[in-house]
Amino acid sequence: MPIIITMPALSPTMTEGTLAKWILKEGDMVQSGDMLAEIETDKATMEVEAIDEGVLAKILVSEGTEGIAVNAPIAVLLEDGEDASDIQEAVDAASGELAPAAAVKAPADANLAPAPRSPATPEVTSTPPADGGSRILASPLAKRMAAQAGLDLALITGSGPRGRIIKSDIEAVIAAGGTQASAEIPVPEVAVHAPVPTTVPAAPGDQFELEKLSSMRKVIARRMMESKQQAPHFYLTVDCELDALLALRKELNDKADGAYKLSVNDLAIKAAAIALMKVPDANVGYSEDGIRRYKNADISVAVASEKGLITPIIRNANGKGLAAISIEMKELAQKANDGKLMPEEYQGGSFSISNLGMFGVKQFDAVINMPQGCILAVGAGEQRPVVKDGALAIATVMSVTISVDHRAVDGAVGAQFLAAFKSLIQDPMTMLL
Amino acid sequence: MAGQEFDLVVVGTGPGGYVAAIRGAQLGMSVAVIERENLGGICLNWGCIPTKALLRSAEVYHLAKTSKEFGFKIKDIEIDINAIVKRSRRVAKQLNSGVGLLLKKNKVDVLNGHGRLLGEGRIGVEVDGTQVMEVSAKYIILAAGARARDLPTMEADGKQIWNYRHALVADVIPKRLLVVGSGAIGIEFASFFNTLGSEVTVVELLDRVLPVEDEEISAMAHKAFEKQGMRILTDVQVKAFKKTKDSVTAAIKTADGKAESIVVDRVIMAVGIIGNVEDLGLENTKVKVDRSHVEVDQWQATGEPGVFAIGDLAGPPWLAHKASHEGVICVEKIAEVTDIHPLEPMNIPGCTYCLPQVASVGLTEAAAKVAGHEVRVGRFPFIGNGKAIALGDPEGMIKTVFDKTTGELLGAHMIGPEVTELIQGYAVARTLETTEAELLHTVFPHPTLSEAMHESILDAMDRVIHF
Repeated sequence: MPIIITMPALSPTMTEGTLAKWILKEGDMVQSGDMLAEIETDKATMEVEAIDEGVLAKILVSEGTEGIAVNAPIAVLLEDGEDASDIQEAVDAASGELAPAAAVKAPADANLAPAPRSPATPEVTSTPPADGGSRILASPLAKRMAAQAGLDLALITGSGPRGRIIKSDIEAVIAAGGTQASAEIPVPEVAVHAPVPTTVPAAPGDQFELEKLSSMRKVIARRMMESKQQAPHFYLTVDCELDALLALRKELNDKADGAYKLSVNDLAIKAAAIALMKVPDANVGYSEDGIRRYKNADISVAVASEKGLITPIIRNANGKGLAAISIEMKELAQKANDGKLMPEEYQGGSFSISNLGMFGVKQFDAVINMPQGCILAVGAGEQRPVVKDGALAIATVMSVTISVDHRAVDGAVGAQFLAAFKSLIQDPMTMLL
Repeated sequence: MAGQEFDLVVVGTGPGGYVAAIRGAQLGMSVAVIERENLGGICLNWGCIPTKALLRSAEVYHLAKTSKEFGFKIKDIEIDINAIVKRSRRVAKQLNSGVGLLLKKNKVDVLNGHGRLLGEGRIGVEVDGTQVMEVSAKYIILAAGARARDLPTMEADGKQIWNYRHALVADVIPKRLLVVGSGAIGIEFASFFNTLGSEVTVVELLDRVLPVEDEEISAMAHKAFEKQGMRILTDVQVKAFKKTKDSVTAAIKTADGKAESIVVDRVIMAVGIIGNVEDLGLENTKVKVDRSHVEVDQWQATGEPGVFAIGDLAGPPWLAHKASHEGVICVEKIAEVTDIHPLEPMNIPGCTYCLPQVASVGLTEAAAKVAGHEVRVGRFPFIGNGKAIALGDPEGMIKTVFDKTTGELLGAHMIGPEVTELIQGYAVARTLETTEAELLHTVFPHPTLSEAMHESILDAMDRVIHF
């Protein structure tokens, strides 16, 4: 029996991914351990390793195909003595097994924003959009139904000719619970002059070049929009004097002997984690079912990778030492840049920190990383005039602003957190207690 | 004897079988077909095509009779039923030869005889009950078709009681004719003989003629047929026939339980068809049969690996174009062609070539409502269409059914001149999943009957112009 290679689950929560690249081609001999293909999930790219041996007889999913359900067949390996006629049977058998799994597909991971998801690729023989360009093939009926249901066509896999999105695809998404914000979108009467809503972008011309949305860009766009639409943000800003912290940092780094090199950001992560333990009401997130009270300070740290924003997590930062935090942060940042973060390394988290100080930004307001309740925006440490004991003095000052989801956290709690954070930064030895 | 091996063997060469065979050959398979009678099957030889030839004769006669309206005086029009039938047979023969040429051109082997599955990809070819050849195939497509359903005690004898096959080679125009069943086959023969002067009575078990069509269309057809002199009885059961030398007396029971008898010269039985599932050797395989049809999945696969069934044998709707389409899908699936899609039953148009013609695709208004749709319905009568008036054929209408929310064209139902040629426009619309917006944007040429299609959509949106 030929061996069916299926879409791997690269993390416990992964439900679908994009086949970014085939490393081997049809006809290649495959040894166990060979790299077959690169899979892109919403935030990471991973290689798929062969477990079996044989000939890569048939590639079922072409490069660039998006929304491939976990466990959907992607290729067929033939062992000695098997020929092409065995392929179809195996594929049919595999897709038969897949069907029920797709039908009982669990709802999206709680950490992911509720977004429309395409169901399992209905047919292994269906092809991705042929042109590979940015045009979304969809029937007029599918476009209208998607608009009425508030679904993004870009996130739906088409099962019609040439991967065209058809009525049944939209119905499948709706049936799978993929309705989104339907309450806010008025269902238009069938009116002759009503423009048919379309997501087909304007044609590229002299004025711009159209770059296809990457999986990552789509996720950033969707999540940021959801946060701003759903979470009522308010912002609190305080100035923290850094001189004591900078002195401590220098002292510690001088003793490191190359084992670590603490950054202000590392210290801010630690300070935030301790502050969250002191003000646990700020270490929460809002959900329809209730307020999530996080037990640990799992700090998501915004990293500007080459491909876009991603937030790897320092888990249990309250229980980790500064050196451990610093080393882990460097590793995560490197992985983020390489696109190699595992989903569990960036999904979850109880609180976020975004630091734009290195770019000289004095102060800014960050967008909450839902479902977390708060995000701390850290500005640059700079020398400013301050008043001390009734006289002007110079101090190194850093402005931090917390963005708070008022559904989960009230103003006083946000202020208490900032006060605790400020106190830790200005008296950093207390962090070491 | 051990026989030749083919990639694909197709049993039956109707519009399902021969199309599947040609598609297989196009895809590089070695293909053979097994045919026990005429290439082209029922459709070409005893169905679609010869009936259209007959109905064309009826239409010509009808025009000749009404020619005064068009400025002609034609006296003494004489009907020659033998010549009409002869023309019909000639048309069938021409197409039958055409299928032979097409198969030859595509290098498909034609094995004459009756095909029987022997299991494990082997098929016997029998002539007069004796096996003359055995071939084997990697894949087998059963396209053995269907035949007229006979009711017990009311079997067609070919003399006084006809089925479609007897009626196609009628030697007389019966003075009095009873047609049992008002589906497409029954109504087409009723229309043919009625136009040529028979006193026609149609009896239907259900509550309306052309029962698969939209209720409004059925009602309009009923009225039109009655206007032409047909007698139509619905909700009627035929209990028995009593044959005498000169006539047949049909005992019927009406809806309110009254017994009645109808005396006629000939009866045409058109009470449905049954699949030719017997005698195919299915007992040697895991092929499953449900009543008289082979059970298949969406790719026409049966319970036996490598064995597929298409067309009438695989169940309703019993339409040639459905059989052809299934044949192509099935062969492409076998050949692992990418981007294949199962046949969507709601996108298969149906046509009846009576006078006036009837055609439809998709859901009837009633079925749409049962399916939970809130509908918008458009209607446009041909009396508002310039071309229909110029043709002198302004009877009938076009009805369209849309989903009120999504604008999906759920169904289209037509009765009137050349509607069997018009329906394809709506079939394309359904397959492409257009909404009312694109249809309204489509330019329909003037002056054509198709303008009525546009007006019907306009009417559904309360924007009709010409009525």
